[in-house]
Amino acid sequence: MAEITTGALRRTLNLARPDDVYNAIVDAHRGLSDEQCRAFDARLILLLANHVGDEAVLHEALRAARETMEET
Amino acid sequence: MSSYTYRHYEYRKPSELDGRSARRPVVIVGAGMAGPTLALALAKRGVPSVVLDEDDTVSLGSRSICQAKHSLETWDRFGVASRMVEKGITWEQGELYLHDKPVFRFNLQPEPGHKFPAFVNLQQYYVEEYLFERCLAEPLIEMRFRNKVVAVTPSEEGVTLEVETPDGGYALDAEWLVACDGVRSTVRHLMDLPYPGEVFHDRFLISDIRLLSELPKERRFWFYPPFHPTNSVLLHRQADNVLRVDFQLGPDADPEEEKKPENIDRRLRQMFGPEARWEHEWTSVYTFTCRMMERFVQGRVIFAGDAAHVVSPFGARGGNGAIADVDNLAWKLAMVLRDAAPASLLDSYCSERRAAAQENILNSTRSTDFITPKSAASRAFRDATLSLARDFPFARALINSGRLSVPTAQPGSPLDTPDGDADWLRGPGPGRAMLDAPVGRDGSGWLLDRLGPDFTVLTFGDTDMPTGDLPSGVTCVRIAGDGLARQRYDGRPGTTYLIRPDRYVAARWRRFDAAAIAASVRRATGNG
Repeated sequence: MAEITTGALRRTLNLARPDDVYNAIVDAHRGLSDEQCRAFDARLILLLANHVGDEAVLHEALRAARETMEET
Repeated sequence: MSSYTYRHYEYRKPSELDGRSARRPVVIVGAGMAGPTLALALAKRGVPSVVLDEDDTVSLGSRSICQAKHSLETWDRFGVASRMVEKGITWEQGELYLHDKPVFRFNLQPEPGHKFPAFVNLQQYYVEEYLFERCLAEPLIEMRFRNKVVAVTPSEEGVTLEVETPDGGYALDAEWLVACDGVRSTVRHLMDLPYPGEVFHDRFLISDIRLLSELPKERRFWFYPPFHPTNSVLLHRQADNVLRVDFQLGPDADPEEEKKPENIDRRLRQMFGPEARWEHEWTSVYTFTCRMMERFVQGRVIFAGDAAHVVSPFGARGGNGAIADVDNLAWKLAMVLRDAAPASLLDSYCSERRAAAQENILNSTRSTDFITPKSAASRAFRDATLSLARDFPFARALINSGRLSVPTAQPGSPLDTPDGDADWLRGPGPGRAMLDAPVGRDGSGWLLDRLGPDFTVLTFGDTDMPTGDLPSGVTCVRIAGDGLARQRYDGRPGTTYLIRPDRYVAARWRRFDAAAIAASVRRATGNG
């Protein structure tokens, strides 16, 4: 795994019930086509991005999402 | 077809064709919005100019219709802005629709206390008409209609033009040539200068109509309306009960087919309903490009407006950007011509206005990407933003149907003196445009009207400053009391601003210091 420097983005667990949250996200996509999933995810990302607010965190999350894709 | 009567301005045989030639300080090519504005700004500073145009009338079609506050403030110095405001449609409100439902309203000028509104909608032909009339009444300006430039020969000390007229050709010598001749600039072509940039493929249809029934006054923008379900539509009111309807057609539309009156009428009928009556004024199918020259100053030839940079129409940044260009240029060129500044001062015209053009292109490209998404992901986020906007106010701020033109910042310009005092709570810092405010005993005057023709020193407080030590030509304005001006400039007593002739802040201090002001004036004029 590439070296990711520690910045503003939290990298350790921040969820009390991680399995519940993970499954809630997956379940929320149930019954949606691929295109509908894209539309759903776009809404979710925008809602969460506004809630987070911190641009440094968001940029770091965008980079992390992209970088981890390049590794697979 | 048009309700506007196009006047033909008188062609006069140029004196050169009668054997009387003289070297001109400034020759301007192009009588659109920028060229005559530059000529007027130069005349204000005592600089004569000749304006050449191959045509003899104003803009064919409404073209640039949204005249922004800062353009009106520029034109006000020549006494033509109030006429534009009276004739045009003042609007500050806009409304955005998704499908058939309003999503939200916006107000572009939330605060009162400015002489001019955020925008006045007025067809370009009226703007040009008023500017032409003002130029024709100005002894220092010679308007030469039906004078077509066919050759440009720059040298170290000036430029020689070959000009064709109905009476034959002549040579014209100029110390400086300013090309304000539009996106297809003849001067740029004759000099074989590249115009790099990006081409966009989406087609749009502009239909100007005179609606013979009640008119909306505000700007309206629809995404996916029932009368044009696959794309967006923009509606803008202009003078003379004319409406501009701008339909996004997509990249595959056939321009000739779309331009047919019966096809336009079909769309308009769906839009305005069975009762509406209208007449066609002007129709145009367009695509657009974003381009910018590498250097706006090429020796003794200077490029301004669409000749130097061009953006998409979203945000009204073409015409208004051109006016800001010539406002920036005029005082510098006038100082260079009377040897009050080195020619290198004009380099700052290039750096400041290129930065502005970049900002305009960035803004307009972002609007373009929002209105016409280029990928499935981009479209998904755009549509997600639209559908969130009604219930989630944050998403309204993300909707980008055009970020409307405001004066661009010029941070880090070599002409400006960076802030030394760090305790500024608000107010325009160096590189920012001035803000207007009501001033005077009863608040009936305007701050911008108090400014001098060249540099202005603006002080706040109840005591006079020792302004006798300031460089000659600097106008001093003192703002007493506790009004809006003091608030907008964070103007506690002693606060001093140095304002450039183009109404940008060059420097500011917490106390009056004549030596510091003089140094900042030298710096702002390339004499530092």
